[in-house]
Amino acid sequence: MSTLAWFAVLLLVITSVGLLLARDWRWLIIFLSAQYFGMLILTLQHWPLGMASVKVVAGWMSAAILGMTRSGLPREDSAERSNILPRGRLFRLFAAAIVLLIVSSVTPRVDVIMADAGFAVTSGSLILVGMGLLHLGVSNHILRVTLGLLTALSGFEILYATVEGSVLVAGLLAIINLGLALAGSYLLIASNSAEETEPV
Amino acid sequence: MNAPTIWIVAPAFAAILLFSIRNHRVLSILGGTISVLLAITAQFIPIGEALTLGANSFKIDDSLDVLGRVLQLRAAEGSLLAIIYGATALWFFGAEASGTARQIVPYGLLITALMVASIAVEPFLFAALFIELSILLAIPMLVSIDQAPGPGVVRFFIYQTLAMPFILLSGWLLTGVEASPGDISLAAQAAAMLGLGFAFLLAIFPLYNWIPLLMEESSPFIVGFLLWILPTVTIIFGAGFLDRYSWLRSSPQTTTALQFAGLLMIVTGGFWAATQRHLGRIMAYGSVAETGFALLALSLNSQVGIPILFLLLPARALGLAVWSLALTIFKNNAESMRFASVQGMLRNFPFAGSALVLASLSTGALPLLAGFPARLALWENLSRLSIGAALWMGLGIIGLLTGSFRSLAVLGMADGSRSWEVGEDWLQGIMLGLGVIGLFILGLFPQILQYFLSNLPAMFDRLGR
Repeated sequence: MSTLAWFAVLLLVITSVGLLLARDWRWLIIFLSAQYFGMLILTLQHWPLGMASVKVVAGWMSAAILGMTRSGLPREDSAERSNILPRGRLFRLFAAAIVLLIVSSVTPRVDVIMADAGFAVTSGSLILVGMGLLHLGVSNHILRVTLGLLTALSGFEILYATVEGSVLVAGLLAIINLGLALAGSYLLIASNSAEETEPV
Repeated sequence: MNAPTIWIVAPAFAAILLFSIRNHRVLSILGGTISVLLAITAQFIPIGEALTLGANSFKIDDSLDVLGRVLQLRAAEGSLLAIIYGATALWFFGAEASGTARQIVPYGLLITALMVASIAVEPFLFAALFIELSILLAIPMLVSIDQAPGPGVVRFFIYQTLAMPFILLSGWLLTGVEASPGDISLAAQAAAMLGLGFAFLLAIFPLYNWIPLLMEESSPFIVGFLLWILPTVTIIFGAGFLDRYSWLRSSPQTTTALQFAGLLMIVTGGFWAATQRHLGRIMAYGSVAETGFALLALSLNSQVGIPILFLLLPARALGLAVWSLALTIFKNNAESMRFASVQGMLRNFPFAGSALVLASLSTGALPLLAGFPARLALWENLSRLSIGAALWMGLGIIGLLTGSFRSLAVLGMADGSRSWEVGEDWLQGIMLGLGVIGLFILGLFPQILQYFLSNLPAMFDRLGR
């Protein structure tokens, strides 16, 4: 189980860094979906499969909502590229490395606070929170903001699952994940339809 | 029958049905009537007591089990429900006049039901989840599908969402502090988490930059509704933390932090309100200062602070409703809400102009207006604790009043050839007129509110006792 958990952490590093670096929206959705699979493995350390699967199902539905919305937009969104600052992949990779460094240094302390949740669970959770916040800091594009929020929230959910096993909370958090994806999709459509109606 | 079904499930169901109605007037009347009925029943039908109606007797139970947790509305919360639904009715009846009924009525009723659920849920810290759901519902209210979302909406989306994890985690840490009260570092971590969560949720300095942006981007009436309901319920939720955890309540650091945050909000809100050249942004900073007053009330000894906090709520609701309706009229009839665009418009929209100035003066604690009694009581009690803090509060109020008088000067600054006319329609005139009368009544006879407010501190087990 522990090896599997560390595999999930590796998966989360790849997907969260991938989300930061990828420019094609298709890759963003693929990384997000894979991220929810990693989240499932880490949640399984403390929750039964039935409860943990709620998170992955809600996550994949959120990814599907965002993917379907983005695929329905008529043309390539120029703002998607221009609104990520700074644009250099190398810089973002460097920022991600700093986040990973910070996570590795604070994981032992947070693990103690979180009632010994397990190093793998704590580090996986903090990686997602850190990368999600980094994502929110470097972009103001709606799709990326939504992905950043979903990523940060996933990290929090992994950590919170170690201390709270309420069905109501699991259900409400699943609804919030779906709500975030729906709100993000709504804003994505709104920004696109406004661009379309602008006079040339 | 139980209270959560009546005041949470039923309005949520009604809100879903209201989505199918397109007519602004019907929506406004239906939404307003439903809210008024909910407010009246909350005030006059006691929860948990057997009532006899002819040959039949019935009792409204106070709790509803949901997935192993409980939604509970106690008898002491009846007046709070009446205030919440009463103020919601105020917004819904004004929705037709503002032309926003299709957004504000169904979404607003759903948000209100969720906010009541956040007050009712046990354990109470799960309220953060319901508040987050309300915030997600606010997004389609703020941005129409054919309008590009501005940075204000995006920041609102981000900041308010980030609050939830902090509050949920702090709730868990706080239970750890209760178990081992001697662990100072755990207490500090829990308090820091809680502080960050509420800083995001209440938009405490410097996290309030989305409010003025939102006032520029979206309908002022809708933003006004959110600026009333979100901080109001969040403050009550925050007071619940103080009520539950004795170490937090008795900690001098908590008092200092609340006082500092409150003063910072009032002083910065007042300063920025005085220096803006945009009517919407002045209202935004006015609402920032309103939150500051509420935080300051929480920082006082709870026996005086809690009644003052509850006294602030109706004035805030009425003031923001009148202010935002007046602003909506200006926004719909002027190029923008900048001073240059609205200059001299008092002559074309006398009702909206006077209502706007009076509502902003009420926020600035002008005597005879709704905001004055609560602020006077707050100022008096604060000055007993610290003259310095009272002076800072006075400085903030001077800033707010400066903003109001600048607005009045700009709105009235017309050339002599411009004649007086009434640009508002009859409904707008009536709604604004009633609102202004309400501002004066609450200012002149604040004691009438005691009928609603006197029992409210009983909703807390320890605060205000």
